[in-house]
Amino acid sequence: MEVLRRWVQALATVLSNGYVMFPFTKTIYQGRLKAFCVPGLNCYSCPAAAGACPIGALQNFFAFLQVGWRQGTYLTGFYVIGFLGLLGGFVGRMPCAWLCPFGLLQELLYRIPSPKKEIPPFLSWGKYGFLLFFVILFPLFLLDEFGYGITWFCKFVCPAGTLEAGLPLMGLQPGLRELAGALFSLKVSILVAVVAAAVIVRRPFCRVVCPLGAFYSLFNRGSLFRMAYHPDRCIHCGACSRNCPMGVAPYLGPNGKDCIRCLKCVYQSCPAGALSWECAGLKGGGRPSEEKVGEVPQVAHGDQLQAGAVQGFPGKGGGQ
Amino acid sequence: MNGNSSRKLPFFLILLSLLLFLAGLNLGEAAFVWERAVQICLSCIGIG
Repeated sequence: MEVLRRWVQALATVLSNGYVMFPFTKTIYQGRLKAFCVPGLNCYSCPAAAGACPIGALQNFFAFLQVGWRQGTYLTGFYVIGFLGLLGGFVGRMPCAWLCPFGLLQELLYRIPSPKKEIPPFLSWGKYGFLLFFVILFPLFLLDEFGYGITWFCKFVCPAGTLEAGLPLMGLQPGLRELAGALFSLKVSILVAVVAAAVIVRRPFCRVVCPLGAFYSLFNRGSLFRMAYHPDRCIHCGACSRNCPMGVAPYLGPNGKDCIRCLKCVYQSCPAGALSWECAGLKGGGRPSEEKVGEVPQVAHGDQLQAGAVQGFPGKGGGQ
Repeated sequence: MNGNSSRKLPFFLILLSLLLFLAGLNLGEAAFVWERAVQICLSCIGIG
């Protein structure tokens, strides 16, 4: 399943950045596909970008909302919200695991050998702050003298924009280099910090900052595709949590805000079939693999329970 | 949340999102997205 996911991630990255003519045109793609949003965080000013970034598009709607209303044009971002809601309603946060180029980059960075660390769980609420303030409220209400807002998340935070658009465009258009100042330095610093963090922490940007992941996560509990935990089968080995690319503990709530439905816990981690998925009557996983069960007895059962207690297992009969 | 409501919720969310998406299309929001996305966003690259 992980091999399949890597291929899907790679394909999604290529399709989101399918404009191969940019080395010759030295500018960004301007075709009709740019009217469509891509499902992952992928800057539309990336020279290769073939679609629009949903978070960038959403901020533009909010930044122009008040001026638009005064001029009688009622553009409110329903198109983007509906698109993201459709994806979220079907699969919740699954696009983060399968379709986001910036998520793929962080997973690859984490494979670099280094000491690994965890982040305090409360930091994972930060992404809702970025969604609420930098994507919605600041563009809506902090306006210039002409009544226009600015795209706060793109301008002051987004490292994907710096990596995919800022640096390549500086290379393609030397004139832009002269305009780079303190703001560009700030954004490069944020990019460097995110890249460095991704080497030692699992998907730090997705867990702490990403407003797109925050939006999708709102649908995790109510999406058609759902994860399921079977406490009666759980042997409390903690393999699901240790191997999760988001550091999630599925036994504490299989449809929590940070589960990106990569299915690694279902198909590769859990030796006891305690995790599965379901979607409109279809079910998958949830069966112990003989191969994986064979790996379990390396740890005595008492030690497993002790380890489980440390990691906050609810024990048998815990919530699903 | 009981089993019935949890089964209805996804369909409600999907239907609501579909309606929003179609309303946005009808208002011409796809053209607005295109207009913004075909210009180099100076903010995005850190110089705007």
